[in-house]
Amino acid sequence: MHDMSAHAVQHGAPTSFIRKHVFSLDHKVIGKQYYALALLAALIGMVLSWIMRIHLAFGSYAIPGLHLLSKTGAPGNVMTPEYYLQLMTMHGTIMVFFVLTTAPFAAFGNFFLPIQVGAEDMPFPHFNMMSFWVTFVAFLVLVASFFTGTGPTLGGWTQYAPLSAIGDAGGPGEGLGVVLWGSSIALFCIGQLLGSLNFITTTLDMRTKGMSLMRLPLSAWAWFITSLMGLTAFAVLMPACILLILDHVAGTSFFVASNLVINDQLLPHSGGSTLLWQHLFWFFGHPEVYIAIVPGMGIVSHVLVTNMRRPMLSHRVLIYSMGALAVLSYMVYGHHMFVSGMNPFSSLAFSFPTLVITIPSTIIVLIWLGSLYGAKLRINSASLFSLGFVSMFISGGVSGFFLAQPSIDIMLHATYFVVGHFHLVMGVAAMFGIFAGTYFWFPKMTGRMMNETLGKVHFWMSFVGAYCIFMPFHYLGIAGNVRRYQAFTDDYLIPLIPVHKFITIAALFTGFAQLIFLYNLIHSRFWGEIAPNDNPWQGTSLEWSTATPPPHNNFGDKMPVVYHDPYQYSVEGASSDYVMQTSPEHLKNVIDEK
Amino acid sequence: MATTVHEPPKIEPRRSPDQAYGNGGWRSLVPADGDLRQVKDSSPPPASTGIWVILASITMTFAAFSSALIVRQGAATDWRHFTLPSVLYLNTLVIVASSITLEISRRRIATFMGGVQDQDQGKDRTANPARWLYVTLFLGLLFVAGQTFAWLQLKSQGFGLASNVSYSFFYVLTVAHALHVFGGLSALTRVIRKLNRSVLRRSTLDATSHYWHFMGVLWLYLLLLLWMKL
Repeated sequence: MHDMSAHAVQHGAPTSFIRKHVFSLDHKVIGKQYYALALLAALIGMVLSWIMRIHLAFGSYAIPGLHLLSKTGAPGNVMTPEYYLQLMTMHGTIMVFFVLTTAPFAAFGNFFLPIQVGAEDMPFPHFNMMSFWVTFVAFLVLVASFFTGTGPTLGGWTQYAPLSAIGDAGGPGEGLGVVLWGSSIALFCIGQLLGSLNFITTTLDMRTKGMSLMRLPLSAWAWFITSLMGLTAFAVLMPACILLILDHVAGTSFFVASNLVINDQLLPHSGGSTLLWQHLFWFFGHPEVYIAIVPGMGIVSHVLVTNMRRPMLSHRVLIYSMGALAVLSYMVYGHHMFVSGMNPFSSLAFSFPTLVITIPSTIIVLIWLGSLYGAKLRINSASLFSLGFVSMFISGGVSGFFLAQPSIDIMLHATYFVVGHFHLVMGVAAMFGIFAGTYFWFPKMTGRMMNETLGKVHFWMSFVGAYCIFMPFHYLGIAGNVRRYQAFTDDYLIPLIPVHKFITIAALFTGFAQLIFLYNLIHSRFWGEIAPNDNPWQGTSLEWSTATPPPHNNFGDKMPVVYHDPYQYSVEGASSDYVMQTSPEHLKNVIDEK
Repeated sequence: MATTVHEPPKIEPRRSPDQAYGNGGWRSLVPADGDLRQVKDSSPPPASTGIWVILASITMTFAAFSSALIVRQGAATDWRHFTLPSVLYLNTLVIVASSITLEISRRRIATFMGGVQDQDQGKDRTANPARWLYVTLFLGLLFVAGQTFAWLQLKSQGFGLASNVSYSFFYVLTVAHALHVFGGLSALTRVIRKLNRSVLRRSTLDATSHYWHFMGVLWLYLLLLLWMKL
């Protein structure tokens, strides 16, 4: 340990309530704020999915109280077809942006990245505070669209033009709803850019003595790689949203073609390119998929190593593979546009890197499986959810091989097969990453333990439930069930309705399991068992060498010095089962990756 | 001869290990014997890394706008070419001049920080180091005023944002650039305030000047793009 006075102090501990809990500059508080926002967003997104599933399986069933959400959208508590699409759009937008991006990246990253690199805080605390509050305002703007005009937009989370750009002629929510959507996402982009700025500079400049890049834990690497992706991806989505808003409010023609007649109405726009939106959106959209999943990979690797009591087969290759995913994610975006009408040769050009990107993904999975093979894994909620993550990532990833090939994708696009694919590989997998992180880091964040029994019940119900929901989606897709239909009235779809009923029951069951988690989280936060010590899982990285919960400047009056690679477990000749990064113990047989 | 009226600044001319933020660096491994004296403190202050991160992100934003322009124009049947308002060329000279004045002030401030008197000129160059910053600030404001003049000129000719998509791109790109210039102006104001209170960091000044020069380069690029495509 070396003296703290050698370090420039970023900001003193806050004294007022506002500075402490509301407009806090402390990365730990900001991390918790992001977590709370993600939790709220996840609850809203989940309830939306319940309402949609009930409508899909039991079409005429009146959902009590639905008319309170929208008078015109749900007369007699039964939703209109348009309102189904509006709820679906909000489900997708809320989940992708405000849950899958905020929780694993912004929430855990904010709380633990500075601690894992050995810093007192992020280098630009005011930007960090702005990052959260801008994101929060973005969320409010999005939710406001439920209660304004004709409700939220119905264009889907991808907001394909021209539907998204033609205003009220497109249907309920396509006027003000889209403007609010675009404003919300543009604000969200600003928030994430500010966050990425802090994450990158924290990783590059704020590491403590002895912490080389290769000595960073896998989770820190994952956040760093994700922030690099976020920096480039969100910087492209923001201009796209600005152009979309201008098509609405200023009468420009970026995305709407000439002579377009919608609902017998000739639109005043001219010459716009509908494909332009797709290019801009997916240039962001595909990296976004990895922005959602890579932090989960890092968290899960970190949790697994700690519970396996041995390092990954290769720390270095795992990091390089995550980096390869980040680079390749920019080259594959066109695979979302195989049937968009762009030049068929470009499909080939996008199909090839899409198949190539499976190589680093496969390497990562093989490293996990190879490292797990023969390991005496400690079974707890965190490690179970990590295993679940690996399982979901494989199951969801396999269907990616099919969709990567244009010839097969032409059959399967816009069916439930695609919906099943991305829900497993990105949605459920990333959620499992969030859960693994929550059970694992909860003691460090709050000083209390979560209830393990409830955690295991939560895992098994979620694991079985998620497969019951999303595996049949693949079957439905192969049977030709098109996504975004609000009712199944065609001859070939009617026989599939029992499958939809099964899925709906599974969704309600799985949702119930999340309420158990919510209870466990809140109960443990206030009345949970006190964490037995600062390092309940016998971890090695820096977050376990500081107090619980960490003090304002993370390490008290002494900054840590790092002597070892992050995962020195079961080292021959060491004094114990694990050697912490800060331990000055001299090791003969170090597991060194630097 | 003028004398220095400012208090000597509490600034590191270059970063010293004692004032380090983090101690990471690329070669910072603690040797096996734990002797910390051999550990190098090589990481820069965050502002000097952060500014490149910010510039990368702005580059991506304008790359997205540019590619939108190129794709939209390539497929357009309704593209109306027009001549750029000539005041833009004057504005270009102004923003280039502002970069030069900023460089002058950066050198003056470096001299001021070092407390060195320039004997050759026979006068104390450390006096009033903020003067050239004020000139830069003025030129920056002049640039924004010039851009506003160009917008008003087009508007008075009846060409608004929605007249044609070529005008839409003109307004979007120039307004987006002007908003970023405003960011630079507020950073310059902050630098002047810190300099006057003698709490300016070298890294803050450097980051601000990188940003300002980038705004100039970005403008030259945009002017070329608009001149070629509109």
